[in-house]
Amino acid sequence: MDNLMQIAMQNVNYGSIMPSLVLCIFGMALLLINVFLPRGKTTPASWIALIGLVVTAVFAARGWGDPQFGFAGHVALDKFASFSNIIFLFSAGLTILMSDEYLQREGYPIGEYYPLILFATAGAMWMASGTDMMTIFLGLEVLSISLYILAGMFRGQLRSNEAGLKYFLLGAFSTGFLVYGIALIYGVSGTTNVADIGMYLKSHPAMLGNPMTIAGMLLISVGFLFKIGAAPFHMWAPDVYQGAPTPITAFMSAGPKAAALVAFVRILILGLDGLQGDWTSLLWVLAVLTMTVGNIIAINQTNIKRMLAYSSISHAGYALVGLVAANQIGVSGILFYMLAYTFMNLGAFAVLVLAGKKGEENLTLEGFAGFGFKRPFLGVAMSIFLISLMGIPTTAGFAGKFYIFAGAIKAGYIWLAVLGVLNSAVSLYYYLRVMVYMYFKEPAEDYGWVTLHAGAVISIIISVVGVFYLGLIPGKVMEMARMALFF
Amino acid sequence: MQDYSLLWLIPFFPLVGSIINGLFGKKIRNEALIGTIGTAAIGASFVVSCTYFFKLLGDAEKIHETTIFGAMGSGTWMNVGQLQIDWGFLLDPLSALMIMVVTGVGSLIHLYSIGYMHGEEGFYRFFSYLNLFCFSMLMLVLGNNAMVMFIGWEGVGLCSYLLIGYYFEKKSAGDAAKKAFVVNRVGDFGFLIGLFLLFWSLGQKGVRTIRFTEIAANAHLLENGGTIVTIVTLCFFLGATGKSAQIPLYTWLPDAMEGPTPVSALIHAATMVTAGVYMIGRMNGLFAMAPDTMMVIAIVGAATAIFAASIGLAQNDIKRVLAYSTVSQLGYMFLAMGVGAFTAGIFHLMTHAFFKACLFLGSGSVIHGMHHAYHHAHLHDDPQDMRNMGGLRKKMPITFITFLVSTIAIAGIPGFSGFFSKDEILWWSFGSTRGGWILWVVGAIAAGMTAFYMFRLVFMTFFGEQKTDPRAKDHIPESGLTITIPLMVLGALAVIGGYIGVPAILGGANHIHHFLEPVFGQAQKLHAIEAHGSHATEYGLMGISVGIAVIGIFGAWFMYVKNPEMPKQLVAKFKWLHTAIFNKWFVDELYDAMFVNATKRAGRICWKGFDLPIIDGIVNGVGWLVRGFSAALRYTQSGQIHSYAMAMVIGAVIIVAAYVL
Repeated sequence: MDNLMQIAMQNVNYGSIMPSLVLCIFGMALLLINVFLPRGKTTPASWIALIGLVVTAVFAARGWGDPQFGFAGHVALDKFASFSNIIFLFSAGLTILMSDEYLQREGYPIGEYYPLILFATAGAMWMASGTDMMTIFLGLEVLSISLYILAGMFRGQLRSNEAGLKYFLLGAFSTGFLVYGIALIYGVSGTTNVADIGMYLKSHPAMLGNPMTIAGMLLISVGFLFKIGAAPFHMWAPDVYQGAPTPITAFMSAGPKAAALVAFVRILILGLDGLQGDWTSLLWVLAVLTMTVGNIIAINQTNIKRMLAYSSISHAGYALVGLVAANQIGVSGILFYMLAYTFMNLGAFAVLVLAGKKGEENLTLEGFAGFGFKRPFLGVAMSIFLISLMGIPTTAGFAGKFYIFAGAIKAGYIWLAVLGVLNSAVSLYYYLRVMVYMYFKEPAEDYGWVTLHAGAVISIIISVVGVFYLGLIPGKVMEMARMALFF
Repeated sequence: MQDYSLLWLIPFFPLVGSIINGLFGKKIRNEALIGTIGTAAIGASFVVSCTYFFKLLGDAEKIHETTIFGAMGSGTWMNVGQLQIDWGFLLDPLSALMIMVVTGVGSLIHLYSIGYMHGEEGFYRFFSYLNLFCFSMLMLVLGNNAMVMFIGWEGVGLCSYLLIGYYFEKKSAGDAAKKAFVVNRVGDFGFLIGLFLLFWSLGQKGVRTIRFTEIAANAHLLENGGTIVTIVTLCFFLGATGKSAQIPLYTWLPDAMEGPTPVSALIHAATMVTAGVYMIGRMNGLFAMAPDTMMVIAIVGAATAIFAASIGLAQNDIKRVLAYSTVSQLGYMFLAMGVGAFTAGIFHLMTHAFFKACLFLGSGSVIHGMHHAYHHAHLHDDPQDMRNMGGLRKKMPITFITFLVSTIAIAGIPGFSGFFSKDEILWWSFGSTRGGWILWVVGAIAAGMTAFYMFRLVFMTFFGEQKTDPRAKDHIPESGLTITIPLMVLGALAVIGGYIGVPAILGGANHIHHFLEPVFGQAQKLHAIEAHGSHATEYGLMGISVGIAVIGIFGAWFMYVKNPEMPKQLVAKFKWLHTAIFNKWFVDELYDAMFVNATKRAGRICWKGFDLPIIDGIVNGVGWLVRGFSAALRYTQSGQIHSYAMAMVIGAVIIVAAYVL
C-alpha cells in the first residue's frame, strides 16, 4: 500500500494541470467572495474572473516551451493543449467582457455566473490535455454540467429554462453513447489510455476488424459529434443556442466546441489511428451533411441569434473537413479555424448583446433595419464579423477555411473541398442579408436604447483586431498551430 | 550591419492617419485638426525616411530586407505550397530615393491642401484618401516582393479613382474616375499575367519566388533574350503603360484633371504615374535580358513624349496643358528605361517630381485666386481657362516666380534641375548601346515643343494684359502661406535638385549615378549597356538640345507676347491641323469606336441573350430550390425533445449498422 502511494505521488506533477487548477481556485474563491458582494452587484466578480483568466493564460503559455506530463499518463500539457487552452481562454474572456451589463439589463445579476464559466473553461482544458479517456470524459462532464446550468440561468424565462433542460437531457443521453463506446474500446484493448490504445491496435491488427472495436469507435464518435453539434446530432443546438443567455450562446459556440474537437482529434489520431479508413469515410459524409444542413436551414431564419446557431452548425462542418483530411495542414487548420471562429463569432454575438432590448425580442432581421447608419461603429464591426464568417479574404475566416480546404485537397478529398466551398457560397446569402438589412433598409427605429458599454466594446475591438490579424498575417499563428501538433 | 527593422513605420503612419480621419473625421469637423493629423502622419514618415536614407548613405551594405515584425522570416503573409510570401520590405538606393520623393513631396502637398481645400465639404474625406494613397504608394515602392508591390499598385489605383471622383456630384468627375479605373485595369491585367508567367517560368527552373532580390539573382536561369523573358517583360510594360499613362493607355490622365489640384500634383504628376518607371527600374535585371522589350519601351516612350507634347501646344485649360506635359515627360522616363539609362530615368523621375509638383501647385494657386475673384463677382466663368488670365505676375508674385523657375527647369535650360536629367536621357538615347540617333531626334524635338508650350502657358497666364472679366480682375489675391510655402520649397528644389547628378563632362561627380550603382550596375555590366561617344559629340548634342529649347521659348515669346494676334492667324491658316491637335488627335473618339462601343455591344448581347435567360434562370432556380428545401427541413426542428432524441438514436443506429453489419 505504501509503495503504491509512492508510485502514484511520483506521477502527480501538478505542473501538468496548473492552468485548470488556477482556474478552479479562482472559481471557488469567487463563489465565496460572491457571498460578501451586495446582491445584484456582479461587476467585481467579473473583474476577478478576468484576472483569473489572465493568470491562467500565463500558466497555459508555459506549456508551450516546457511540456508537462503527469498523473500516470492521464494528463499532458503539451503544445497541442497549450494552443487549445489559449482558444478557451479567449472565448471565456470575451464572453465575460460582454456579460456584465447584459446580466444587469436582463435582470439576472447572478454571482454564480462567472465561476461557472471558469469551471466550464477548466473542464475544456482537461479535455484538451487529457491523454486518457477517463480524463477526457471527466473534463467533458465538468464542462457540460456547467453549461447546462448556464444555459438555464435565467430562471424566469421560459426559453432559457427550456434550453437548460433540453441541453441537459440530450447531453446526458449522448454521454451514454460516449461512455458505452469507451467501455467497448476498453473491452478490446484493456486500457483507457489513448496512446496505449493506439499501441495495442498497432500490435494487434486483427482487432481492427472486430465489430466491438468499430462499434466502440462509432459510439465515441457519436458522443463527440453531439457536443460538436454535427448533423444528425445537431438538433439540440438551435433551441439551446436561442434560449440560452446570449453571451453563453456565444461561449458555447466557440470554446466548448473547440474542446470537443481537439479531444476528438487526439482520440482519433492518436488512439484510433488504425481505423482511419473507417472514421474518415464516416466524417466525410457527416461533414458534408453538417455543412449543408446548417447552411440550408439558416437561410430561412429571421431571428439572428437562431441564424447564428445554424451557422455555427455549418462551421462545425467546416472544421470536420480538416479532421477528414487528417494531415498536418488540415488538423493545424482546425486549431487555427477554431481560434478564428472564436473571434468572429464572439464578436458578432457581442454586437447582438449590445443591440438587444430586454428580452431580446428585437434581434430579428427587421429589428436590424437601418442599424448600420444609426449605429455606425456597431454596424461596421458586425459587417466585419459577417464578412469573416463568410470567408472573404483579408479576414480570419478566409485564412482558416483556406488551410482546412487546402488540407483536404492535399489529402486527395477534392470533392469534399468543392462541397465545402459551395456551402460557403450558400452561406453568403444569409450573412449578406443581415448586412442588407443594416444598410439598405430604411431605419425603423433610432436605436436610441443602444449604449456602448465598455466591456462589450472592448470584446468587439479585440475580436476585430483578431479577425484582421489572423486574416492579414496568418503565417505566424498557423506556424504555431503546426508546431502544436502531436503527430 | 545597420538596423533597418522599423521600415514598416513608413507606410504605417499614413495608414493610421487615413483610418483616423476616415472613421472620425466627420465627428472631428475641425479642419485644422484634420489637416494636421493628415500632414503629421506623412510628415512622420518623412522623418523616418530621412533617417533611413542617411543611414543608408553611410552604410557599406546597400540592400536591406526586413519584414513587418523587423526580423526576416517573422512576417509571413501566406505560405502556399513551396511559395512563401512575407509582408516584407526592401530598402536599397532605389527605394530609398523613392520614399524620399513620396514622403517629401507628399508632406508638402498635404500642407498645401490644408489651404487649398479649405471650406470643402468632405475635407476629412480628402485627407483620408490622400493618406491612404501615400500608404499604398509607400507599400508599392517598399515591397520586397511582387505581391506587396501589387497591393500598393492596386491601392494607388483605387485612391486615384476615389480622388479623381472627389467631386462625385459632377458627372464629368465621375466619368473621369471610371475611365481612369477601367484603363488602369487593362494595365493591371498585363502586370498580373507577367507576374504569373514569371513565377511559372522560374518555377520550371526550380525557383519558386516572387521576391525581387531572388528574381534578380535567378533571372540568369531564363534564356537571355528568349521568348519567355520578352513576353514577361512586355506584360509588365503593359502594366506600366496603364499606370504611367503611356501610349496606348495614356488617355485617362488628361481627364484625371477633374480631381482637385493637389491630387493632380501628388498622384498624377509626382508619384503614382511614375510607378511604372519605378517598376521597370526595380526589375531592371529582367528587362535588361530582353533587348526587344527595351526597344519597344524606348520607342513607345519617345512616341509618347512627342505625341503628348504636340497636343499640349494647343490646349487652353491650364491644368490640361500640364497633364499632357506630364504624359510627355513620363515618355522621357520610359525612353531612358528603354535605352538602358536606368539611372537617368530615375533621376528625371525625381527632378520631374519637384518641378511638376511645383507647376501643378502653382496652377492650383492661380485657379484658387481666379475662383476667389469670380466668386466675389458672382460670375461663372471658367477659372482654369488661360484665355481669361494674363498679367497675373503682379497679382501673385510668389506663385509667378516659383512657376517661372519650374518652367525654366522643365524647358531644360542649363543650371536648372530639368536640364541635367533630360540631357542625360538624350545623351543616352543617342549614345547607348541600346539607343539610336532617331530616338535622340524625336526627344530633342519634343524638348523644343515642351519649351514652347510651357512658356506659352507662362506668357498667357502671367504676362500681357489681364483678360479677366473687369468685374473680377481686381479681386485676385496671392494665396496664403500654406500654399506659398510648399511652392517656394518645391521651386527651390526645382533649381538645385539637379546638382546631385551633374555629369562628369561638366565637371560634376554625378552622385546619383554612384548612389544607384548597386541597383543598376550589375545588369548594365552584364549586358554591356553603356553610352559611349566622344566628348565633342556630347558637347555638341547638349548645345543643340539647349538651342532647340531656346528657340521654343523664343517662339512662344514671339507669338504670345510680341505678336498676340499671330496665333489666331496661324489657326486660321492651318485650320485642320489645329482642329486635330486641339481635339487630341481624336484618339478618344477612335478608342470609343474601336473598343468601348464594341465592348458595350458585346456586353449587351451577353446580357440580353445569355445572362438573363440562362444564368439568371439557373441561379434563381437553384435559389428557389434551396429555399424550398430549407422550408421543408425546418419542420424537422419540431422543438420536441423526444423527437430530437429519436433522431439521435436513428442516426446512431444507421451509422453503426452501416459499418458493423
